[in-house]
Amino acid sequence: MNLHEYQAKRLFAEHGVPIPNGDVASTPAEAREIARELGGKVVVKSQVLVGGRGKAGGIKLANSPDEAETVASQILGMNIKGFQVNKVLIDEQAPGGIDQEIYLAVLIDRARRLPMVMVSAEGGMDIEEVNERSPEKIFRAYIEPALGVRSYQTTYLASAMDLPRDLWRDFHKIVVGLYACFKTNDASLTEINPLVITGSGKLMALDGKMSIDDNGLYRQPRLAEMRDVDEETAAEKEARLSGINLIQLDGNIGCMVNGAGLAMATMDVVKKFGEAYNCAPANFLDIGGGAKSEQVATALRLILSDKRVKAVLINIFGGITRGDEVARGIIEALDQVKIDVPMVVRLAGTNAAEGMAILADSDMETAVTLSDAAQKAVAAAKGAN
Amino acid sequence: MSILVDKNTRLVIQGITGREGSFHTTQMLEYGTNVVGGVTPGKGGQWFSTDSKKVPIFDTVKEVVEATGANASLIFVPARFAVDAIYEAADANIPLVVCLTEHIPVLDMIAARAYLDTLNVRLVGPNCPGLLTPGEAKVGIIPGAIAMPGSVGVVSKSGTLTYEVIDALTKLGIGQSTCVGIGGDPISGTNFIDVLALFEEDPATEQIVMIGEIGGNAEEQAAAYIAQHVTKPVTSFIAGRTAPPGRRMGHAGAIVEGKSGTAESKVEALRVAGVRVADNPDDIAKIVASRQ
Repeated sequence: MNLHEYQAKRLFAEHGVPIPNGDVASTPAEAREIARELGGKVVVKSQVLVGGRGKAGGIKLANSPDEAETVASQILGMNIKGFQVNKVLIDEQAPGGIDQEIYLAVLIDRARRLPMVMVSAEGGMDIEEVNERSPEKIFRAYIEPALGVRSYQTTYLASAMDLPRDLWRDFHKIVVGLYACFKTNDASLTEINPLVITGSGKLMALDGKMSIDDNGLYRQPRLAEMRDVDEETAAEKEARLSGINLIQLDGNIGCMVNGAGLAMATMDVVKKFGEAYNCAPANFLDIGGGAKSEQVATALRLILSDKRVKAVLINIFGGITRGDEVARGIIEALDQVKIDVPMVVRLAGTNAAEGMAILADSDMETAVTLSDAAQKAVAAAKGAN
Repeated sequence: MSILVDKNTRLVIQGITGREGSFHTTQMLEYGTNVVGGVTPGKGGQWFSTDSKKVPIFDTVKEVVEATGANASLIFVPARFAVDAIYEAADANIPLVVCLTEHIPVLDMIAARAYLDTLNVRLVGPNCPGLLTPGEAKVGIIPGAIAMPGSVGVVSKSGTLTYEVIDALTKLGIGQSTCVGIGGDPISGTNFIDVLALFEEDPATEQIVMIGEIGGNAEEQAAAYIAQHVTKPVTSFIAGRTAPPGRRMGHAGAIVEGKSGTAESKVEALRVAGVRVADNPDDIAKIVASRQ
């Protein structure tokens, strides 16, 4: 789960990381009032869970409350890469301007199995780009959870990126705070880009990004409430609440699969056979273990709620789940959901033959192998293109 | 021969009386796995019974080990209590701990893995289907019926995709030495390299199938290891070529972040290491057959 900039920065501030004064507005009038309280010179920032807000025109300076109101009215309601802007953050402009931009993040290094602090003096831009162009400008320190952030580590990082020495002490406090924020909130990423040196010589987190480990949310009730439903589509939300894992994509072949790995593989094979005909998977959907008819029905309904879907591919490997049970589930689901696109079903594994026999009486197309199923689904969808 | 589990495995089931635990314990007993005891705190002294078998239930893992000499543990405990179950098994000197539980927070796994390493305990999982040595021991939920004894070692991050491959191998008359599901979480107890090393040393394993997916760089590291240390033929498949960046594809670890974790990078690394990478999971068994 990703947090908005304003949520991330407030959490950073709870751990002593300096952030600009500011507040969130949902209307231009609120933006004006906040700008007035902040003394007029502000930056108006769209709060959407997607990168590249600045380039898309979603971040603008304003030098008076009037201007803040005008700018906010332009940004609110904007669509940035498919996300509608419902909130803007009104922050004071960095005191004395910006002298330097730094990158600072805490994240998990999977290979070393440790949290890692990553810094670069090349802040303010995409860290991936920095890593590609000049990887030698990125510096890392690994945190042993039992030891926490040690001062020699932050000294190394500060020195490596030539941070002015009078800021080393403050930098240490910020890294310690950002790591504490990471740890106490079950984050998988806390990122400040940029961390700036202001014209008045202070370090300040101008931006903030934070991803929370979904598996930790049960013990983070405050964060669970921060989930922005705008981050997921209505169908994705309903799926999540029904224990189905759904991610909607741009293609035209709806996929229903059991198991995440098999779901990905099914999408890959659909894409492979569909590429030449402009056919691609419309979604990732894992109905999970022990497919019950109710879940099959919900999954089908959600897949079909996407009007771009021209064919549905059901691929179930009966392991512990028996193929005949799944087949009955599909038949039951057909009673509950009106299907107006062609369907291809492939059952494999335990009791697959019995399952296919049950489906033989329906007007669904059946397939034996995954390739066979994908090719049939593509054939059905391309006719409708 | 086989790796990690065989007919000498004396298994304890943590969470034996739960819905999943009891269902799958029955399946394992039917398969012939030597389940020596179960643990459910508060139910010590009771019995877990099937039509033909009875398994004693204990309050703690330590008691099972003392009473039965259990040498492997399988964890079905819900996510909030699963890390505790891992620590308990490790502290009871169980050398092999298999954790099927999904949704364990990653920071908890970092701490658990570090602790287990100090005790020399091997953890498989979490969020995995467990292990199966066909004809000898089923420690987990991989369906026994689709497998047969043989010489192909299978290691995978995925569940059902692995069943597909096992099923396809069996249908071509190709048996498996051991099938190991290592799980799709960002931090796992056992990684590809650990299992590749075991298969390389196992005289019963002649070929290896490795099934990876997007996210992290375990496949790239495995590729480097294979180039250096693995002499047996390796066939692979990487799931998630069509996955969009920034979206978690079901498994907590299956996510393309920026340019890292892409299928392209993994396929390329494996091919450079001499691994045959199938474009389509349907081709894996055929490639293995052609290399026999």
